[in-house]
Amino acid sequence: MSKAQLNVYSLAAVAIALLVLPFTLSNYHVFQLTMIVVYAIALLGLNLLIGYNGQISLGHGAFFAIGAYTTAMLVHLAEMPYWLTVPLAGLVCLVAGFLFGLPALRLEGLYLALPTFALAVATPQLLNYQRVAHWTGGVQGIMFDKPNAPGLLPLDPDQWLYFFCLAVAVPLYVIGWNLLRARTGRAIVAIRDHPTASAAMGIDNAFYKTATFGVSAMYAGIAGALSAIVTQFVAPDSFPIFLSLSFLVGIVVGGVASIPGAFLGAIFIEFVPNVASAISDAAPWAVYGTVLIAAMYLMPDGLAGIGRAFAKRLGQRRPKPQPSALGKPGRVRG
Amino acid sequence: MENFLNQVLSGLATGGLYASIALALVMIYQATHHVNFAQGELAMFSTFIAWTLMQAGFGYWSAFVLTLGFAFAAGVIIERIIIRPIENAPVLTVVVVFVGLLFILNSLAGLIYGYDIKSFPSPFPEDSWYASRFLSAHEVGMISVTLIMLGLVFAFFRFTPLGLAMRAVAQNPVSSQLVGIRTGWILALGWGLAGTIGAVAGIMAAPIVYLDPDMMSGILLYAFAAALLGGLTSPLGAVIGGFTVGVLENLAGAYVVGTEIKLSVALVIIVGVLLLRPSGMFGRRVVTRV
Repeated sequence: MSKAQLNVYSLAAVAIALLVLPFTLSNYHVFQLTMIVVYAIALLGLNLLIGYNGQISLGHGAFFAIGAYTTAMLVHLAEMPYWLTVPLAGLVCLVAGFLFGLPALRLEGLYLALPTFALAVATPQLLNYQRVAHWTGGVQGIMFDKPNAPGLLPLDPDQWLYFFCLAVAVPLYVIGWNLLRARTGRAIVAIRDHPTASAAMGIDNAFYKTATFGVSAMYAGIAGALSAIVTQFVAPDSFPIFLSLSFLVGIVVGGVASIPGAFLGAIFIEFVPNVASAISDAAPWAVYGTVLIAAMYLMPDGLAGIGRAFAKRLGQRRPKPQPSALGKPGRVRG
Repeated sequence: MENFLNQVLSGLATGGLYASIALALVMIYQATHHVNFAQGELAMFSTFIAWTLMQAGFGYWSAFVLTLGFAFAAGVIIERIIIRPIENAPVLTVVVVFVGLLFILNSLAGLIYGYDIKSFPSPFPEDSWYASRFLSAHEVGMISVTLIMLGLVFAFFRFTPLGLAMRAVAQNPVSSQLVGIRTGWILALGWGLAGTIGAVAGIMAAPIVYLDPDMMSGILLYAFAAALLGGLTSPLGAVIGGFTVGVLENLAGAYVVGTEIKLSVALVIIVGVLLLRPSGMFGRRVVTRV
């Protein structure tokens, strides 16, 4: 079996599974599946930034929150149809990400990690702010009604929401994949691998870095909007620093600079905390921490890397080595 | 006016905490160019150790000293086992490992001690002669402890051969290795000292913010702001930055933004410093060869 064939088969298997599963699962499991799709969008965005562009953000939970609040406020206050709010939330986050990404022009690696970390820590407080509580609902947050499947579709609301999210996620994945395969993607990766060389080749580093930050915030914002629609509820406590750091866990576990990895990471961050919190309150954090450190030493390419190694054994031809942000040689010290 | 003075002075008191954690961050940063995201959690965990010792019947100051010993050992062990293998790894690896460490220390404290908020004693009795209208006894004690510690750190760097070796390693690791300094152990020592300084800050903070696994999250953020403001490569800068951030935070909380969104003050300082003067007030510019 060649690698291309293997890819087609596995993609087809995943597609069939995604289409059939919601009809065989209970409502709660359909909800979990929906959240996986939602997280997969956010993780793809974050992976675009961290994995491919080499900029570290520890604060994408903030953009997730902005997206969620945009949707909730538009539905609740402006009585806008929920589906219309998703592109708007994306747009708001694109702009917010672009603006926050402006400092990113001058900041590298670690220095971007600090303000994004600060943003994530400050987000719940900002959402809680009394002077905007009229719009954001303060501590109580905002609740709205669960949307029904339109017209004659024989789907219950949970299944409908699942397919709605899937219908948003698939084009976003295709766009991400095309973006990275094309000229833009090569520029993004070149900046990660060697900023000076990429500038010398005529790539506008500043523009690409800011734009990548904006686009990745847009993905996070759309995911946030979908999560608001799926849960019909937003509140400051839904977006703690834990969320932002979970996203980091997701891409590290799934695989840095890997598109299927974003999906695998989403499965991980949806199920592991659920299972672990049955043991104790602290267990999800303990598992995350252990997995993060273990991943750095044992599987720097994440689950997707293990998948690739497996495919390599199955396939006759060696798959092309994937660029990896972690494999990047070079010294950290100045 | 009295209110203003009050805000400034109590800002200096909390600023001492930020200064200590910022100093701990700088200790690690100047030698390795790593920002330790787990610094706050390390301090929190040490504070829990102090609490355990006191519950076991130790007096305040003996528990204090034993905890500093524990924090030093913990710093050294973490450096040796977890950080050493990734010393020269790319930034992402380092950040991920630090975040992992943050998760582990936080959850370990949660597993052992639970998430209930505990009160923590202050060694400075409320009716001491040094308590005044403007500063409570604990605040005065906190500032004094911070200043004494800074004096000790300064003396260590300035007057001991080991301190000289540490400065040498921070300046030029390769040359110091050539003159016979054991660079690896000096880095571990730096981690140990950072752990100790953090532990002092944690123990001083606990009577004010109370003891729970998340007690340091806000303090860590302000310490980041302080370290950046002072310059990540300058211990003196970190201290001045810490006091400045403490005062700024209090004044902004009292007069500008209100206390509920005080954390965003740290965010604004961090972004502002990085935009206007990335090397901070006292830091040296890092020039990289390409």
